[in-house]
Amino acid sequence: MTLTTEPTTPAPAVTKRRPARNRNVGRTLRRLPGHALVGLLLLVVAYPLIWLFLGSFKTQDEFLNKPTTSLPESFTNFANYTQAWSSVATYLQNSLLTVLPSLALIIVLGTAAGFALEVLVWKGRQTTLMLFLAGIMIPGQMILLPLFTVYFQLHLTGTLWPLIITYTATGLPLTVFMMATYFRAIPKTVFEAATMDGASVIRSFWSIGFPMMRNSVLTIALVQFFFLWNDLLIALTFTTDDAQRTVQVGLLNFTGQFGVVEYGPTFAAICINVLLILAIYIFLNQRVMRGLAAGAVKG
Amino acid sequence: MPAAPAAGIRTKGRIQRMHSVLGDRKSVAILLGPALLVYSLVMLLPMLWSLGYTFFTGSVISGFTWAGTANFSKLLDDPALPGALWFTVKYAVVITVGQVLVGYLLSLLYVFFLRRAGSIVRTLVFFPVILPTVAVALLFQKFFEFAPQTGPVNAAIEAFGGTGIDWFSTPGNAFFVVALMDIWRSMGFYAVLLYAGLLDIPDEVMEAASIDGASTWRLIRSIIVPLSLPVLVSSLVFSINGTLKAFDSIYALTGGGPGSATTPLTLYMYQTSFAYGDYGYGSTIALTLTALCLLVTVFIFRGTRRDTGLG
Repeated sequence: MTLTTEPTTPAPAVTKRRPARNRNVGRTLRRLPGHALVGLLLLVVAYPLIWLFLGSFKTQDEFLNKPTTSLPESFTNFANYTQAWSSVATYLQNSLLTVLPSLALIIVLGTAAGFALEVLVWKGRQTTLMLFLAGIMIPGQMILLPLFTVYFQLHLTGTLWPLIITYTATGLPLTVFMMATYFRAIPKTVFEAATMDGASVIRSFWSIGFPMMRNSVLTIALVQFFFLWNDLLIALTFTTDDAQRTVQVGLLNFTGQFGVVEYGPTFAAICINVLLILAIYIFLNQRVMRGLAAGAVKG
Repeated sequence: MPAAPAAGIRTKGRIQRMHSVLGDRKSVAILLGPALLVYSLVMLLPMLWSLGYTFFTGSVISGFTWAGTANFSKLLDDPALPGALWFTVKYAVVITVGQVLVGYLLSLLYVFFLRRAGSIVRTLVFFPVILPTVAVALLFQKFFEFAPQTGPVNAAIEAFGGTGIDWFSTPGNAFFVVALMDIWRSMGFYAVLLYAGLLDIPDEVMEAASIDGASTWRLIRSIIVPLSLPVLVSSLVFSINGTLKAFDSIYALTGGGPGSATTPLTLYMYQTSFAYGDYGYGSTIALTLTALCLLVTVFIFRGTRRDTGLG
């Protein structure tokens, strides 16, 4: 990548040693390559997305006959969006209907299991934790075929249940493992005190453990949300017809839907998905970042 | 719980009571039971079941017939397997190194250049991480398009006097675009992850070294890299775990092509099972993939134990 020249830029360490009076000018000059680098970085990150957004307003003719970097002729041409929305709306609905229930189940079951594995004292909890840990490693391909067989024979194919069930199960290992790690950080005396005051285990989980984990729960919920929302393999395997397609599967089939690639609607469909995530990100970005900074993924 | 009155000393009684409550089997069953049940039924059981499939041929539609060890001898003779295996390894190594390296360079940029003011940059660079893979793949497909529309990359090449490249028609170029895309969409994640690790390095250590006259490069090499090694290792483990199983980005971007040049085991398994309806051989490939993941995990855990001096 273009960023390999980067280690030479940390200039502040150098400036720090110079108690010069006119440091401002020198400082600005010395920081110039760094600024250029940051500018380039932002360009690399943002340009494809901006190009996508511009493209979503272009007509087929503009795509084929105008330079690709040109601006669209009209920013009020929403024909692409209306055409894309007619099918994307269903895909979004399916995604929400599968991801949200799975997410709720993952969080509740996973946190409870993490609590039982870390706070409670019983024989075999280490082994059970390792058992869950093994699930992080198992590739999805290893469970697809038997699950397909079962869902097929239970006549669940053609509904969203296979996705909800499979998502819940695949989300559990990481959640259980991370929750156990987070519970480990809470001093045991907290729960011991609750117990001495006569709280039952279930109560000290719901009233003390779970609320104390609020931030961790949100972190994990966000991480899992994007995992599930991004999933293609499971959704592709268990959705047999258009009515059950999630956003990812739908989007993939979108290009082929018109025979010849219709650029405008395709760009608009991609753009709808990007804008949706952007909307979530605008409100939650600090939490996403803070969550990750707090050590979301401890390998 | 009846344990408390038995002990003569009050505190001892309380501790016993506490242990008996925190060790209550019914509570363990209520809290752990549902998760363990779902996990066992939907992941562990199918895994064993999948092992059973390796001795059969056929699918749920066509029915299964006993095949003995035919799938395993097929695996050894399969001319497509070495290619898929090699691509899986190549992809995992290149992407893992790329993601973590670019992420690390970015995190250094965040810490030393942007400092705490870089929140906006961090937020922006992180954004592609959470974008749907398929959306990003389709975007890159169009971004690198050759015809009928000339994408920005080819337009830029042509603007500088070169001739446009049909990126997805040769294995090398297709792999390049896949790699570029996967690094593009994940660098922000590793940057933030490693940034958090770098922030944990005490300022005094850096100041002391800097006062002692250490150059920036020396500071990075002798203090920052060793001190951020644990979080670097975590990132590598996390990354390789994901890249070995990568499916979405490749399936959506190249579909495994041209030919089968960018087909990893994950995709090969999928094609075998669902395009050719051979669950038995598909399971055998899945088993190969699992064995590979297991091998890499064991290898990494051995390695990291030694590196961090924990073992």
